[in-house]
Amino acid sequence: MKKRIKAADVRGWLFLLPSLLFLAAFFIYPMVDVLVYSFEEQFNFASQTYTGVGFYNFNYVLHDPYFVQALKNTFILVIITVPVSTCIAILIARCISSIKKLREFYQTIYFLPYVTNTLALGLVFMILFKKTAYSDGMINLLINAFGGQSVDFIDGPYWAKILVMSIYTIWVVLPFKILILTSAMASVNEDYYKAAKIDGTSSARIFFKITLPMISPMIFYLVITGFIGAFKAYSDEVALFGTDLNGAGMNTLVGYIYDMLYGDSGGYPSYASAAALILFTIIFTITCINLTVSRKKAVY
Amino acid sequence: MKIVLKNLTKVFEGRRKKDPDVTAVNNFNFEIPDGKLVALLGPSGCGKSTTLNLISGLEEPTSGQIFFDDEDVTNVPPENRGIGLVFQNYALYPHLTVLQNIIFPLQNLKGEERLSMDEMKRKAKDVAKLVQIEDLMDRRPKELSGGQQQRVAIARALIKNPRVLLLDEPLSNLDARLRLRTREEIRRIQRETGITTVFVTHDQEEAMSIADELILMENGVINQIGAPQTVYDEPANLFVAQFLGNPKINVLRGFVQNEKLIIRDEVFMEMKNTPDKDLFVAIRPEGFVIDENGTLTCNVRNIETTGRDTSIVATHDASLEENIRVIISSDEARGIEKGPIKFSYKENKMFLFELSGERILL
Repeated sequence: MKKRIKAADVRGWLFLLPSLLFLAAFFIYPMVDVLVYSFEEQFNFASQTYTGVGFYNFNYVLHDPYFVQALKNTFILVIITVPVSTCIAILIARCISSIKKLREFYQTIYFLPYVTNTLALGLVFMILFKKTAYSDGMINLLINAFGGQSVDFIDGPYWAKILVMSIYTIWVVLPFKILILTSAMASVNEDYYKAAKIDGTSSARIFFKITLPMISPMIFYLVITGFIGAFKAYSDEVALFGTDLNGAGMNTLVGYIYDMLYGDSGGYPSYASAAALILFTIIFTITCINLTVSRKKAVY
Repeated sequence: MKIVLKNLTKVFEGRRKKDPDVTAVNNFNFEIPDGKLVALLGPSGCGKSTTLNLISGLEEPTSGQIFFDDEDVTNVPPENRGIGLVFQNYALYPHLTVLQNIIFPLQNLKGEERLSMDEMKRKAKDVAKLVQIEDLMDRRPKELSGGQQQRVAIARALIKNPRVLLLDEPLSNLDARLRLRTREEIRRIQRETGITTVFVTHDQEEAMSIADELILMENGVINQIGAPQTVYDEPANLFVAQFLGNPKINVLRGFVQNEKLIIRDEVFMEMKNTPDKDLFVAIRPEGFVIDENGTLTCNVRNIETTGRDTSIVATHDASLEENIRVIISSDEARGIEKGPIKFSYKENKMFLFELSGERILL
């Protein structure tokens, strides 16, 4: 049976057409292209030729020590910064919500890193952490004051570099989370707190049994976007460790993809595409897990 | 347990320095008798919710005292006053089931007062039975109708056996039919438990039908306290007369001249020993009698029959409102046509007020 196309349907699609065209040109075509690149073996960018089709690019990338290093770094970064930054943001938002005087002042202070340039922030962290011929950096001065040994955070041991990177990332993502959570807390109906107060609920119980569940949709939103953001980290690492991230052993997945395309060892769009697809698969899987968990936990 | 308010005043400071202070509750003195249901009635912004918050302890009074029986609770925090509060929007926790909502207050108890889970559940079952929601214990609030949510909120307020139950506009989120049923329900629950109950509402009909006693407020001042019928029959001032009754009381401008009360150009009644002055004449819609020798001539514009009663919409030049509403039995209304009509009045349905609003007693 033939279905008649309704005039209203046609009109609807016509309205969508401009955005569909843009979507196709700038989103769908590149995606397909990446997919194609990733399966073309020994692709030569200059001559636009390749020798075969298969999984060689994936095999190469997965066995590339730089990629493995980048994968490890990214995972550590994600696992440390997402939970820690979310917890700190909840704490700070709770504190900001509970004060009346100077609330806006504190809100502004906590929001400042968000509007500051990544590289400028990197400079600040350099001053705090970098060891130079003239100074060991602020943090080392503090460590020395307490009788500790200086640590080279920027060019030193792996754990020190991861530490600085984590602190930096947490610090950079905090403002947005605090902003979202403070407004989420402010939108919780006062009557819940009044009811709880009359029932003699302790402030800890109010926080865990009322505030947290009420803002849980926002927390899940922040966790999901936090995961995605952390997996896509790159510029923060450049700000701290410079452009030779492989040399510093601090590369990330996005950094690896960038290097494969444009870096000194670059010119391999096939490897970059394969790595990008691997990153996409990871983010997609984790986001799916997150969504499933949040649907089960955020019940309202 | 009775509640006594003594010289209770609550002043809210202006938000900015130059804003004037607002006196929400102005020198309240009244006593709510033990086991009674009392309605705080008044238009929006008259301070009735503030009064409720003062009794609950959510707000601190600027001056004055609150007693529960002989105990001064003015400085006792809300959780130690032994009150249950039901909010206008019910304030049920959306992420908890009905059962979890009801036992939430019990779970706050510490030390020796702490009950075992079984005891909590048993108590929850008892109150659930009282408000008739036993079958809904595992649902979440959003899976309940407005009326059911209301009952859960009452159950939660009752579970700790409060000394006082406070209800803040508990019916205003319900539709008309449910409102009628729920207010009977509240009345029944109150009778069964015998808890002293304070009920805040702006709906005079609701207050009249449910309360043992009305406290009528306007702009932070008490206008009249008394049993609903008494307040209706003997309003202390024009505001009370106008606030109670549906349709509203009809108010006409009149004046006294040579010991006669005149409305427009008719001598309405004799007024012995009264100096010449202007005043208001207020007649309840049911206070009119069709009478050829009547002393008030109106112009009938419309006749609405509702079966048992007939509502006559008429006009009069001296009326404060555009229309005068008269309600008489349909038998009496037979044969009425549009045009001039003469009314006399029932004495107990007619009140005189000074221009200031004060009642003139005859």
